[in-house]
Amino acid sequence: MSELPYFTAEHQQVRDLVRDFAESEIKPVARELDLQSKFPWENVRKMGELGLLGSTWSVELGGAGMDYISYIIIVEELARVDASHSITCSAHTTLGTSPIVQFGNEEQQQRYVPLLASGKVLGGFGLTEPGAGSDAGGTETFAEDKGDHFLINGSKIFITHAGVGEIFVITARTERKPAKRTGGISSFIVTKDTTDLAEAEAVGVGHDPDLVKTPGVTAGKKEDKMGWRASDTRELVLEDAVVPKENVLGEPGKGFINFLKTLDSGRIGVGAIALGLAQGALEESLKYTSDRKQFGRTIASFQNTQFALADMATEIEAARHLVYHAAWLYQNGKPHTTAAAMAKLYASEACMRATTKAVQLHGGYGYTTEYPVERMMRDAKVNEIGEGTSEIQRLVIARDLLKDYAVA
Amino acid sequence: MKIGVCIKRVPDTETRIKIGADGKSIDESGVKFVLNPFDEYAVEEALKLKEQAGGEVVVVCLGTEASQETIRTALAMGADSGVLLKASAVPLDPLVVARALAAELEQGAFDMILFGKLAIDDYGQAVGTMVAELLGLPSVSAITRLEVTDNTATAQREVEGALEVVEFSLPAVVTAEKGLNEPRYPALRGIMLAKKKPLEIKEVDLDQGGMEVVELTLPPERKAGRIVGEGPDAVPALVDALRNEAKVV
Ligand SMILES: Cc1cc2nc3c(=O)[nH]c(=O)nc-3n(C[C@H](O)[C@H](O)[C@H](O)COP(=O)(O)OP(=O)(O)OC[C@H]3O[C@@H](n4cnc5c(N)ncnc54)[C@H](O)[C@@H]3O)c2cc1C
Repeated sequence: MSELPYFTAEHQQVRDLVRDFAESEIKPVARELDLQSKFPWENVRKMGELGLLGSTWSVELGGAGMDYISYIIIVEELARVDASHSITCSAHTTLGTSPIVQFGNEEQQQRYVPLLASGKVLGGFGLTEPGAGSDAGGTETFAEDKGDHFLINGSKIFITHAGVGEIFVITARTERKPAKRTGGISSFIVTKDTTDLAEAEAVGVGHDPDLVKTPGVTAGKKEDKMGWRASDTRELVLEDAVVPKENVLGEPGKGFINFLKTLDSGRIGVGAIALGLAQGALEESLKYTSDRKQFGRTIASFQNTQFALADMATEIEAARHLVYHAAWLYQNGKPHTTAAAMAKLYASEACMRATTKAVQLHGGYGYTTEYPVERMMRDAKVNEIGEGTSEIQRLVIARDLLKDYAVA
Repeated sequence: MKIGVCIKRVPDTETRIKIGADGKSIDESGVKFVLNPFDEYAVEEALKLKEQAGGEVVVVCLGTEASQETIRTALAMGADSGVLLKASAVPLDPLVVARALAAELEQGAFDMILFGKLAIDDYGQAVGTMVAELLGLPSVSAITRLEVTDNTATAQREVEGALEVVEFSLPAVVTAEKGLNEPRYPALRGIMLAKKKPLEIKEVDLDQGGMEVVELTLPPERKAGRIVGEGPDAVPALVDALRNEAKVV
């Protein structure tokens, strides 16, 4: 483990805890969950008990009161063993819970955050729509003001936890013809029952019968994905959803600016998933290549293998610095938009290269589900897509670079 | 109930041990250290006793400055306070260690003192029992079950082909065997709370005792295994290999 200036003894304890947990509780089940595309309810319960689903929120709100870097360490260490578990923690925390902590009023925080922080129920974030992906400002979901409530209609797609979760922050237009295209978008808190009531009952988390559910909010069919297969991704359908006024999150009309802020920190999280995943693939490759023999010697003794391993390790190290630097900036309240985009862009692309190399180094064995690198390579791809594609990260970075130049 | 747990900082079982340049010690560079796994059972059992009967759990560690981390781990699991008996090195001689621990424990008025049955670095299996002897307390080693009611306790130990049940009075010393319980992870909130828990550091001056490390060598490398086949068809080949190659049947 490289020493970085950002880490304290307490961070090391967090890393040890999560690594230990991931090795003993996640590693033995990761392959099966991936094969069956099964949500890890049992481990969600355990992660909740350990505090991993509310690490950074205050103790008063049911969190563990840790700093943001601790959270990034948790996400990285989970992904080192299994990316699906990691995105479950990260989507729940940054996408599902952080907007309520950051933009919610006292009452909204008290009502929703303790449930989320303890892992009693899962949360998510509904931004993407069929016509609004990279162009998130193109939201067509509409919230009609009905006096004492809003009536919301629209479709949010590819929503992490849309099925398993119960609390969601969503965006919708509150003005038909805003002055600015990205104006007139507001955020709302909506709730629904988990689709996995039986599993939730069996493990004791995932459902809160006392939580008032929003009429008209349902989950669509589960996506059949290339990777992150143990994570739950679905459509979140809003059909005449009756949302009380008190569920407007943050200032009306500020929805676009607010979710950009949420995505900034979400991107550091995705960078951390990519980092952990790449690190896991490197470690698998070190183990395998120093064991596997061809031509009478270990394949790690071939210079080509060593060069591949060295390249992987160097890129991972670079990604680690970018990710923790962005996390440090965020934690210290400094501008971090560009740093977060760079961290996500570089880490996710380095992860794709590292996991692809890992499969190559495993030869035919790496192409089978017998070895985790096969799953890791599939899990890597979406890091270049979710929470803003690589192209969008480049746009964000370039916009910052060129801000003082006239580019017509 | 006041419960004491003695813990040790040891190299992680996953660590690849390298021998230092002097040929007598472990090269500690790059080695990850952990709370001795058998001591984890002891800490867990102490926490369970506390949850059941109330009281406090004090962890005591004889070790170098770095052992503070190990104590923090036990505090994060839920122990209330820690004492580091700080030495420049941990002597190999278990009697020297036992004396130092006994001197500290003697002042604590403990109802129950727990140890791991052994530390995975030296596999001595001696310190716990020696401390009991030095303190004149009943001692039960390698327990797999413990029940305490008021001032008496019952412990179970696995002996060759049978279970032995031992009844004894408190205060007493027990050492924990694997299987006693399932140690909890230190939850995040535990890690945060541990930062604020008292950790007292006391310098101790130790002699090296009557034992000296003359030389350390690594065990011979294990030969790679061989798969002789699969299913019932492979049985003859397996029997042949066991009989004629390994010569074990
Ligand atoms: C597993 C998974 C989980 C997800 N979870 C969530 C979630 O929890 N909540 C949520 O709101 N969304 C979620 N998403 C959605 C995700 O954020 C979007 O898929 C992503 O932002 C891309 O949008 P799109 O799929 O519509 O692709 P498009 O925007 O259609 O992009 C298609 C291609 O065009 C490129 N492109 C688009 N615009 C430009 C441009 N201006 N310049 C250059 N290239 C461009 C893109 O980079 C991409 O290569 C998830 C997606 C996946 C796959």
